[in-house]
Order: sequence, then structure tokens, then C-alpha cells
Amino acid sequence: MATQHSKAAARLMISPAVVLLLGWMLVPLTMTLYFSFRRYTPLRPGNEGWVGFDNYQRFITSSSFLDSVGTTLLMVGGILFITVVFGVLLGLLLDQPIWGQGIVRILVIAPFFVMPTVSALVWKNMFLDPVNGLLSHLWEFFGATPVDWLTQAPLFSIILIVSWQWLPFATLILLTAVQSLDSEQLEAAEMDGAPPIKRFWFIILPHLARAITVVILIQTIFLLSIFAEIFVTTSGAFGTRTLTYLVYQRVLESQNVGLGSAGGIYAVILANIVAIFLMRIVGKNLDA
Amino acid sequence: MARAVTTRKKAAYTALAWAVGLLIFFPILWTFLTSFKPEATAIADPPVFLFFDWTTENYGDVQERSNYARYLVNSIIIAGGSTLLGVLIAIPAAWSMAFVPGSRTKDILLWMLSTKMLPAVGVVYPIYLISRDLGLLDSRIALVFILMLINLPIIVWMLYTYFKEIPVDILEAARMDGASLKNEILYVLTPMAVPGIASTVLLNIILAWNEAFWTLNLTTVNAAPLTAFIASYSSPEGLFFAKLSAASTMAIAPILIMGWFSQKQLVRGLTFGAVK
Amino acid sequence: MKKTIRALLGATALCGLAGASFAESHVTTLTIATVNNGDMVRMQGLTDEFTALHPDIAVEWVTLEENVLRQRVTQDIATNGGQFDVMTIGTYEVPIWGAQGWLVGLDDLPDEWDADDLLPAIAGGLTVDGTLYAAPFYGESSMVMYRTDLMEAAGLEMPDAPSWEFIREAAAAMTDEENEIYGVCLRGKAGWGENMAFLTAMSNSFGARWFDMDWTPQFDSPEWAATIDFYLDLLGTYGPPGAANNGFNENLSLFNQGKCGMWIDATVAASFVTNPDDSVVAESVGFALAPDNGLGKRGNWLWAWSLAVPAGSDSPEAAKTFVAWATSKEYTALVAENEGWANVPPGTRTSLYENPDYLAAAPFAEMMLQSINAADPTNPTIEPVPYTGVQFVAIPEFAGIGTQTGQEFAAALAGQQTAAEALERAQEITEEEMDIAGY
Repeated sequence: MATQHSKAAARLMISPAVVLLLGWMLVPLTMTLYFSFRRYTPLRPGNEGWVGFDNYQRFITSSSFLDSVGTTLLMVGGILFITVVFGVLLGLLLDQPIWGQGIVRILVIAPFFVMPTVSALVWKNMFLDPVNGLLSHLWEFFGATPVDWLTQAPLFSIILIVSWQWLPFATLILLTAVQSLDSEQLEAAEMDGAPPIKRFWFIILPHLARAITVVILIQTIFLLSIFAEIFVTTSGAFGTRTLTYLVYQRVLESQNVGLGSAGGIYAVILANIVAIFLMRIVGKNLDA
Repeated sequence: MARAVTTRKKAAYTALAWAVGLLIFFPILWTFLTSFKPEATAIADPPVFLFFDWTTENYGDVQERSNYARYLVNSIIIAGGSTLLGVLIAIPAAWSMAFVPGSRTKDILLWMLSTKMLPAVGVVYPIYLISRDLGLLDSRIALVFILMLINLPIIVWMLYTYFKEIPVDILEAARMDGASLKNEILYVLTPMAVPGIASTVLLNIILAWNEAFWTLNLTTVNAAPLTAFIASYSSPEGLFFAKLSAASTMAIAPILIMGWFSQKQLVRGLTFGAVK
Repeated sequence: MKKTIRALLGATALCGLAGASFAESHVTTLTIATVNNGDMVRMQGLTDEFTALHPDIAVEWVTLEENVLRQRVTQDIATNGGQFDVMTIGTYEVPIWGAQGWLVGLDDLPDEWDADDLLPAIAGGLTVDGTLYAAPFYGESSMVMYRTDLMEAAGLEMPDAPSWEFIREAAAAMTDEENEIYGVCLRGKAGWGENMAFLTAMSNSFGARWFDMDWTPQFDSPEWAATIDFYLDLLGTYGPPGAANNGFNENLSLFNQGKCGMWIDATVAASFVTNPDDSVVAESVGFALAPDNGLGKRGNWLWAWSLAVPAGSDSPEAAKTFVAWATSKEYTALVAENEGWANVPPGTRTSLYENPDYLAAAPFAEMMLQSINAADPTNPTIEPVPYTGVQFVAIPEFAGIGTQTGQEFAAALAGQQTAAEALERAQEITEEEMDIAGY
């Protein structure tokens, strides 16, 4: 269909983006690869040298490695679950005729504009704090013992904070998808006497499948590199150390760049496994 | 009769939606209210909601300590600059992928997205060393470039999915009429793509505004944006809830206001091809 | 030379715009990295006083939360990034960085600065091979701060030098959970400068040590087990909820709200808890030395937040001028004039503890001086060790090790693992890291 001419032009037009991203990927990645095969501890200069696969072996055999992979998957999975489930429900709710729809929508999307650092600080100090936090006052009001969120349910607390930030994003995309639903089909089903649950399961949900995959893909990309929320709330203590955070501890806290770089390469590999897995689903969905 | 039911239904949905909306918005509202409380009131037990001595002294204290305007200007330049640059680079790429798809287009797109998975902490040393050698530490240019590169895959993807929804018939009709490639892009495509571009720009301004790893690690003074501003108010000595709230409000207010005013534009293109 | 420039400037200033831009280009701008602690924020507030004295120097502040600041300056110094002219660092970093030649020596500060007036314990911690590499801004040890009213109500009397056993007894007597009063507040938040600073200092008084003379980690020793058991029991039973997330700042806030019976922490807190503007219990705070176990070492540490000039600075001379100003007796007098004597940065100079105005305004002064003098960084433990540092080990790996082991003990405090498991993990982590470092 396209002429040779426009094909060449197309290649030309795509090249700046490709070249830039290739450079962005290759240059730091190559340097990280280089560091990962060396002993490189900037605070102990004169200690450099090639160490082969030592760093890789050390990183993976360290007692923290497997825990951190598990934590990463649990955290990302938990956030995805909460945002998708509540995103669908909120999308359906906001699609109903309500007074002041515009204002409600503004209220719902607001958390998306809050910086991760700010939201983590606000949640940690003003809500989850076991003495002065609002939730502890609420618990006390009902005569319950305040929960010490960040130590008793640290992973859940972080999932809660991050979900709060990403729920608006999921809701918006899912709401748009809900709105594009063919209302005649729904009405016909209603006429046939299909109960709401059935209508949801057999008509609405399949229609939303594509939007849900998109939400999952985009959010996963961002969620795999969650950092600020962990740094501010628990600093990786109490089993909230994700792979990203473990790499951070190696590189910046221990200042062991060689070991941290090996960890960074593992993180890239993990991210790509997840990505390939996701993209197969999305790719299929996008083609359809 | 039917109408009465509808109204009642509508009232119920309204009540529920407002309750949920207020619940989700509450942390922001609470931060805003706390920012006007004296420090002692901010931790009062039981908490006070509206009836306290409203004061703006927290904002005064924060402004006295940090030059808010400079952080704000840096945030605007970095978020705006990286987004504009990204969109300029992404439009031609997304255009060619959407309208002249080759056999490898999808692979390229997915590969682009995969570059976004490079964990920042893993490459912080390389980037820091490169920036140092280029004399680009604490410069807005470096951050504009880095944030542009980080968000480029998302920009390309958003634009691509949006462009794909533009009916090809119109383009072919334009070609039949003898429109050149340039005119095709300029007069036919662009007007149809404006909503998509607008929402891409908005989303990426938000993402760049909130980016807190590179902006904190590569800046000291001249290029420090609001994410660095907030880092000087987390957990200082003594009572700090009210000052933290004031600083937080100052950090998020500009982007929140922008988001609210442009939410229609933002929502319109924010589908990532999820809707057919 | 400077005078000529200034005269030249005066002349050219008449030439309008051109003059203005010329003048600007001859102002040296210093970038100063500091922590967002109260005393440093006060210093930032007094910047104008400095620039009034030195119109050719402009000052830019990078005020960050402690953890962020540490990460920023460490990375900058390790890569020679040259982003800062003055860095606020502590007793841990100075000897390591000084020995690497990454800091500018401060032996040539002006005579009026009076280096001999510095407290010997503090100056000793900032000196490498006879050269001073950082000027102390404020110094601290740790001590017991307690509520005199609650002690009285409990029918107890705090000795000047209590034992750990007495602390436990007093904590039990003062705890009143109904009214949100917790017998003792201690650091629980993970971090080498948070719970590990406290635990390391505490372990010294229990006869424990980090390493033996061959650098073998000692977390498997009975002394460490005794330290951790006692700590978990004391803080877990009589401490506030969420103790595993409480650092210095959180505990300060709790104490100021009247929720702690005792608090064992940095001496610098004394001026905050006795300041009626911030503290509801300002009138009823007493002080005592950090506890011991009768073994000859007390559980108090030694720390000095100090100003240092990195070797990568473009303007070391101007930077030194600032450092000398901010750590001088004149600066102390300036703060006293503006904020009162109780608020001057303490713990660095002998002359301050001979100043009757200060002694009158600061009831805690004597206890603070005694605590500082009682700490001995070169000989911190009962059994011999190959390292220096009371609440830290002055090797570059310690920050990483301390934070990771700190997370294990914080998890034990939160009830997620037992003391024995935490110690075992800590031993493992430390062995791993020391192996990497090549010991």
C-alpha cells in the first residue's frame, strides 16, 4: 500500500526516537555491565580489578536476594489487584448518572497529581503514625487498639499508599472503556432478565479486558521501579525490600558499585521477563 | 413511576459516588487543612477538622527557608521542556508507525517500552559519571534530556495508539487529491491528532513533575525542582506536621490545579488504545 | 588583593549595568550542603549576617533530610563531582574521607578561631594524622532525659549515673498505657545512624564489640545476645507503639508531647525538650548519664556534626572563611543574641562551658559536658578492638552493614523474628560484607 518513498520517509521519521533510546539504553547499560564484572568500591579507592562473575554470584547467593524478588512480585501484584478491581468498580460507578459528576471525577483523579515523595510523607506521618496518625485516632474512637501500620503490616501499607496514587489512572482508562460500551447490548440483556452479576461477567468484563491489560502493562512498568515510597516509609525494613531497593542499598548505601551493578543487571532481566510475559498478552490484545 | 425510581437510583449513586470521591480526596484535603494549623493543633488529640485558628505562618516559615519560586520555575522548565522535546521527537515516530507500519513496527514499539524498565538505581553511577564529565551536574538541560528519554516510550506509545484511531480513508482521500507528505501531516493529520497530543503532553508533564529519583540525585541548587524542595521538609526535629503540610501543598498545588483545569483534555486521549 | 578588587568594583559600579554584571562575576558563590536539623536551619537563617561581613561571598543552601543528604554528599565525594563547597558531615565520615585526601585540611584557620578551645574529645574525632579535617558545628553525646514529675509520682529517684537495671525498673513504674505514657523511648528505626548508633553504644556497656582484633564479626557472642535481649525487652514492653519506626525526630516529638517517661538519646535534644515553645514538659525534665552495667563502660556515644571543605571545591578559601565563621565563638554569641543562650549549638568548645550566661540558661550543660568527656572513640569497648568509633566502626563499609543489620534488629523489635534469628542474620550479613571488602 505504502510507496517506497513514504517507507523511506517513515524510516527517517522514526530514527531520532530509535537512536536516542538506543543510546539511552546502551551507554549506561554497557557501563553497568562493565562495572558488574569489576570490584568497584568508590569509598575504598585502589581496590579495583576484574572479578569475573563474582558479583553476580554474590548478589544471587546473598540471603536477601530471593526475598527481594518475592517482595517485588507481591508488591506489584498487590497494587495491580487493588487498582484494577477498584478501578473497574469506580469506572462503573462514575458511568452512572450522578449529580456533580465533574466534581466527583476531579476528586477521584486528584491523587494522581501528588508526587510519590509527598504522598508517602503524608501517609506515613499524618495517617499511619501509631500515635499521632489520623487512623489511630479513628481506631481509638471506636475503642480499638491503634494499629502500628508500618511495622505490623508494612507491605500492605506501602501497597495501600501506591494504590491510592495509581487508582485514578486505572479508573480513568477503565471509565473511558466503560463509556464506550454498547448500551443497546446491555439493555437487551436486561430485557432478557439477565441479573446484574451475569451482565457484568458476560458483557462488561469481556469488553474491559483490553483496557485492563493496558492498565496492567503501563502500571507494571512504573511499579517495578517503586522507590520513593519505600525510602520514605520503611527504608526497606520489615520485608519491604524490593529488588530495586536492594540494588539501591548495594550501590548507594554500601557504595559497592560492582555488586550493585550486577544486581541492576538482574533487575533488568527480571523486568524483561515480566515485560515479555505482559507484552505477549497485550500484543495479542492489541492486534485483535 | 419509572421516573421516580430513576431519581431515587440517581440519588443513591450520587451519594455513593460522592462518598467514595471524598474518601479518595481526603488525604489531600487533610494536608491542605493541616497546612493552616499551628503546629500544636496539627497533632491535637482528638484531631480538629475546621474549627481552629487558621494561620498562614507555616507558609511564611517555609518561604523564609527556601526560595519556593526558584524550585517552581525549575519544575516548570524541566517538566515542560522534557515533555515538549519528547513530543517533538515522538510525533514523527508515532506517525510513521501508525500509518506506514512495517513488519517490525510492533517489535520496535515493544522494545521502546522495554527500555523504560531499566531500573534507575542500577544506572545511577554511569549517569552521574557521564553528567560529571560533560559538566552537566546540576543543570536543567541534563534533566530535560534524561526525563525526556525516560518518558519517550510512553509518549510514542500514547501517540501511536491515538494516531491509529484516525481513519485511514481520510488520509487516502488527501493523497488522491495530491497532498504532499508534509501537507498531509500538517493539514489533515495534525488537527485530528490535537486532542491526543494534548492529553499526551498533560500526562507526561505530570509524570515528569513527579519524578523524584533523577531530579534529586543530579541537582544541587541551580536545577533543583520541587522534589528537592520537599526533601528538606521530611522529618526534621520537633513538631513538623503543619510545616510539612504547607510545603507539600506548595509542591503539589501547581500540578493539581493544572490537572483539574485540563482534566477533560487529559481524559480524552488517555486510552492507550484500550478502547475500540 | 581583595581590597583592590573591591575598590575597582566601587569605581566600576558607577558605570551602571556593565558595572553590575562585572561585580556579580566577582562574587564567589558557595554551595553548602546541610541537614535539616534545627541548629542548621538556624544557621541558614543567619546567612545574611555572614554575607554582610563578606560581601564578596554569596551562599546557596542545599538543606536536605539526613538520609538524602548523606547519600548526595557521599556520592559526590566518591566520584569527585565537585557539587559542594561545604559539606555537613559527621564523626563517621571525617576520618575516612580525610585519610583519603578528599577533604581540605583546616589547620590554617585564623588564630581568632582558636582551635585550642575545641573540646579534645570532639577535635580528636575530626583529626587524622594531626590534621583537623572538619570544624565541629555542634557536638553531642547521649544521656538519659527523664520526667522528674513522673519519677516522683513513681516514688523513685534517678541517680546521676543509673544502671540499665534501674532504667528497666523505672520504665516499668512510669508506664501508664491508659494515658499514653510510655516508660522509655529509644531508637528503633533501622539505620546505622539510628537504631545501630544506640545499640552499638549500648553494647559497649554490655561488654560486646563489633569485631575482634582479627576483624571477625562478633554478633554470635553472648554479650551481643544480652544486649539485644535487654533492648527488646525494655523497648518492647515499656516503649511506645511503633517503636520500630522511631528515630531521633520521632522520639523527640513524643517526648515533647509528654508521652515518654525516659528518653536515652543525643544530648543536643536537651535544649529542645526544655524549650517551653516546643515542649509541654519543659518544666519537668531531668538529666542523667547514659546507663551502664558496672563493667566500666557507659552506653553513651560521641558525635559531632561538622563542616568540611571537599577537595573538589572550586573556592576552598571562601569555603574556609564560611566554615570558620559558622563554628566560631562569634557565631555562638550571635545565636545567643538572637535566640537566647539555651539555643546555641553546644558541645564543641570549652569556653562555652565556662560561660556563666550559658550555664545559667542551660541546666543540662554540665551533664552534657560530662557525657561528652566520658566517651572515648579510640578505646570504645571493654575488650580491645581494631577500630575507632563509639557508636560506629570507622570503615567505609559500616554504613551499609549498619543499615542492613539495623533492619534485622528493627524487624525483631516489630516481632517479625526472634532476637536469636536477628543476631544470626546480622552475623551473616556482616561476614558477607567484610568478605567483599577483603578483610
